[in-house]
Amino acid sequence: MAKLKSPNELEALRKSIIKKRDPNKTVITICNGTGCQAHGCKAVTAAFQEEVRKQKLEDKVDIRATGCHGFCERGPLVVIKPEDTFYQRVRVKDVPEILTESIGKGNVIKRMLYTDRQSGKKITCEHDVPFYKLQKRLVFGNNGLIDPTSIDDYLAVGGYAALTKALKMTPEAIIDEVKNAGLRGRGGGGFPTGNKWESTRQAQGETKYVICNADEGDPGAYMDRSLVEGNPHSVLEGMLIGAYTIGANQGYIYIRNEYPLAVRHIRTAIEQAEAYGLLGKNIMGSGFNFDIKIQRGGGAFICGESTALIASLEGRVGEPRAKYVHTSEQGLWGQPTNLNNVETWANVPLIINNGADWYQKIGTENSKGTKIFSLVGNITNTGLVEVPMGITLREIIYDIGGGIPKGRNFKAVQTGGPSGGVIPESLLDLPIDFDELDKVGSMMGSGGMIVMDDKTCMVNIANYFVSFLEGESCGKCLPCREGLQQMKHILTGITEGRGKEGDIELLEELSATLIDAALCALGRTAPNPVLSTIRYFRDEYEAHIKDKKCPAGVCNFEAVKVK
Amino acid sequence: MVKLTINGRKIIAEEGTTILYAARDNNIYIPTLCENEAVAPYGACRLCLVEIKTAKERERLVTSCIYQVEEGLIVQTDTERIQKIRKMLLELLLARCPESEVIKELAQKIGVTKTRFVKQKGNNNCILCATCARTCEEVVGVAAISLARRGVDRELTTPFNEDFTEACIGCGACAYSCPTGAITMEDRRGTRVIKWPHNRMEFKLKKCSVCGQYWAPEKQIEYIAKTSGTPLSDYDVCPDCRE
Repeated sequence: MAKLKSPNELEALRKSIIKKRDPNKTVITICNGTGCQAHGCKAVTAAFQEEVRKQKLEDKVDIRATGCHGFCERGPLVVIKPEDTFYQRVRVKDVPEILTESIGKGNVIKRMLYTDRQSGKKITCEHDVPFYKLQKRLVFGNNGLIDPTSIDDYLAVGGYAALTKALKMTPEAIIDEVKNAGLRGRGGGGFPTGNKWESTRQAQGETKYVICNADEGDPGAYMDRSLVEGNPHSVLEGMLIGAYTIGANQGYIYIRNEYPLAVRHIRTAIEQAEAYGLLGKNIMGSGFNFDIKIQRGGGAFICGESTALIASLEGRVGEPRAKYVHTSEQGLWGQPTNLNNVETWANVPLIINNGADWYQKIGTENSKGTKIFSLVGNITNTGLVEVPMGITLREIIYDIGGGIPKGRNFKAVQTGGPSGGVIPESLLDLPIDFDELDKVGSMMGSGGMIVMDDKTCMVNIANYFVSFLEGESCGKCLPCREGLQQMKHILTGITEGRGKEGDIELLEELSATLIDAALCALGRTAPNPVLSTIRYFRDEYEAHIKDKKCPAGVCNFEAVKVK
Repeated sequence: MVKLTINGRKIIAEEGTTILYAARDNNIYIPTLCENEAVAPYGACRLCLVEIKTAKERERLVTSCIYQVEEGLIVQTDTERIQKIRKMLLELLLARCPESEVIKELAQKIGVTKTRFVKQKGNNNCILCATCARTCEEVVGVAAISLARRGVDRELTTPFNEDFTEACIGCGACAYSCPTGAITMEDRRGTRVIKWPHNRMEFKLKKCSVCGQYWAPEKQIEYIAKTSGTPLSDYDVCPDCRE
C-alpha cells in the first residue's frame, strides 16, 4: 500500500473500500471483546469460519470478529447484518444451525434470541433490546461494526474523515470547536479538554508531546480497554487531531500490560496507520509529522495519575509530584505535554465531524456528550453502557441494567472507581454528570459503576476499597501511606467486632486530613468510600460497633469471639 | 523581587524562592521534616502545608517547600485548618515511629502528646522522607541507597536488601541528612559502620601517613580521586596534616 499523499487520496481509498463491499451481503458480527472471549467467542468465531467454508457460503456471508458490543452478560454475542438479528449466548454447536436456518432459510431461531425480562417476549433485533435501546452509543457504537484489526473497516465507517477536516482547520479553530463542544476529561478529573489543549499549545517549548492514558485500573472498570480493543483507530485519530492542534510531533500511549488484546490491537492499528501514511512524516501532504509509541505499564494503579504516569514513561519510579507547574507547561522530559484519557481522545473525531453545536446539545449544562460506564456488581445486565450525560442512575440500573438479580433489593451503587463514593437508593433519580456526582460525595471517575444489593455490608465495602487504595498508594506522602493504613486498621476492626466508640469520628477526622493534605488525587479522594458510607449508612457502622451485628449478615463476629 | 504577605506581615522575597524559605528568612516558623536545602523539594511529609490566596483570589492549600512566592500572594501558616492537619500528621508519625525523640519533640511543639492510632514496630525511626536517598543521588551522586517497594511496604534499603551496596562510598551524607536520626554512623578502630533502618555496612578507613589518624573511608577517597582526576597518592596525608 502506497502512502496517502492527500485527503483526496484518502477519500478515493475510502470509496474503493466501500465499493468493494456489497451492502446487502450478510455480515455475521461476533463480539470478540475480552468479556466474550471469556465466554468462548473465539471458538464460536472459528466455527463460523469453518462452517461457512463447509457450506460454501463465502460469496454470501462475511464473518467479522468485532470489538466489544457491551452486553457482556449475554455473551458470546452474534449480530447478523443488515437484518440486525441478535443472537446471544451462542455456542459452537449452534453455529451450523444459524447458517442453515437463519442465513439459508431466513428463519429466526427463537431459542437464541434475547428474552425481555419484563414482558417475557423474545426480541429479534439488537436495537430493540432494552439494554441497547436506551443507550446513546456515539463513541462505542462502531465497536460492533468493525473488525478492530482492519483499518479498512474503520475507513468504511468514515474513519479519519475528522482528521482530514481538522488538517484544513487552524489549530485555534479546533481548540474553539473542542471548547464550545464542552468536552471534559473522561479519565476522572473532568477538566475542560479545550482549555488543556490551549494551554499546551500556548506553552513555551521546542518539543511538545501528547499522551494517551490507557492505564485503566479501577476494579470493575473496562471501558477504555474495550475502546482500545474494539476501535483503536478512533483513539489514534483523536490523538492525531490533538497533536496537530497543540503542535506535537510525538505521542505516547501508556497502556496496561495486563490488557494484552488492547496492546496488540493498538499496535496493529499504529502499523496500519503508518503504512497508509496517516502516521509518520508529512501526513496526507499537510506538512504535519506525528508518530506514536506504545509504553506498557507495569500494573501500578498510581501510574494512571498524570504526573506518576509521566515519571514512569521517563523510566523513573511512578510517583506523583506536586502539580503547581502544570504538565501542559512542563510535562514529559520537562516539555509541554497534553495528556488525555482514551475515551476523551475517542470523543474528538466525533466533535470535529459533527461540530460543537451538535455535540453540546447532548448532555447537561456543564457536562456534555455521552459517558461510557461499566455496569457491574449485583446487576442483571453486566456490561458496558454508553449514555448521555444527565441520565438518571435509576434509568441505567433498572431500564438498561435490568435491575437487581435473584429477587434481591437495590442497596447502593458505587461510582467513580475505588475512590468514588456510594450512592443510596434515595438518590437514584440523580441525573449523572460530573458536578452532580461530586455533590453527593461520589465522583464520575473513569466511569466504573458497581451495583450492590441488600446482602452487601457497607462497612465491608468501605474496607475493601480502602484496602485496595492502601495497596496501591505509592507511599510517597505521609497522609496517604500512613493514613490509609490506619483507616484500614480501624475498618477491619469494626468488621471483626472490635469497633469502639469514637471510631467513626476518628475515621472522619482522618478523612478530612487526607482530603486536605495528600499529595495527589489518589490520596485526596481515597476517603470517599468511607465518608459516603458513613454519610448514608451510619446506622450500619453503629450496629457493627455498638451491637456487634452486621445487618447485611456479611461480617462474621463469631470467628473473633472464638479466637 | 516579589511582594507577598505571610501571616499579615508584608514581605519582600526573591523571585523563584519558595514560601517556606521566604517565611524562614523572616523568622516565621513552618514545621518540616522532608525538607533539606541541599536537595530538590519533595513534598512528602506535608507538614509545611500552608493556606494561600493568590492575586486571582484563588484559595488553596499548598506545600510551602515547593510553591514559589508570587506577587500579591497572601499566606497563612498557622490557621485552625492547618493546625488540625499537622496534629493529625503528627499522630500518624507517632504511630509510625513511637520511639523517635525527634517526632515526640515535634509533636509536643505542635500540641500532640499521644496518638489514637495503632503503634507500629520495626520502622526504626524511619519516616520514609527519602532525604537520605535524595542526598545520596543529588548531592553525592552515587545513588547507593533508595526507597524500594510501594505504599505501606515502602522502605529505605540497599540494592537487593543486602548489608552491602557497591556504590556506597561510606561518606555518611545519609546519616547527616536524616531528620529523625534513623541512620547512624560510627568510626571505630579504623572502621566506619553505617547503619540504615534495615541494613548496615562497614568501611575501611584510611590512616594519615603523618599523624596516624584515620580520616576518611578508603572508598570515599577513591571516589574523590576518580571524580576529581587527582592521583590517589595525594590522599596519603589527612587535611589537618597538609600544609
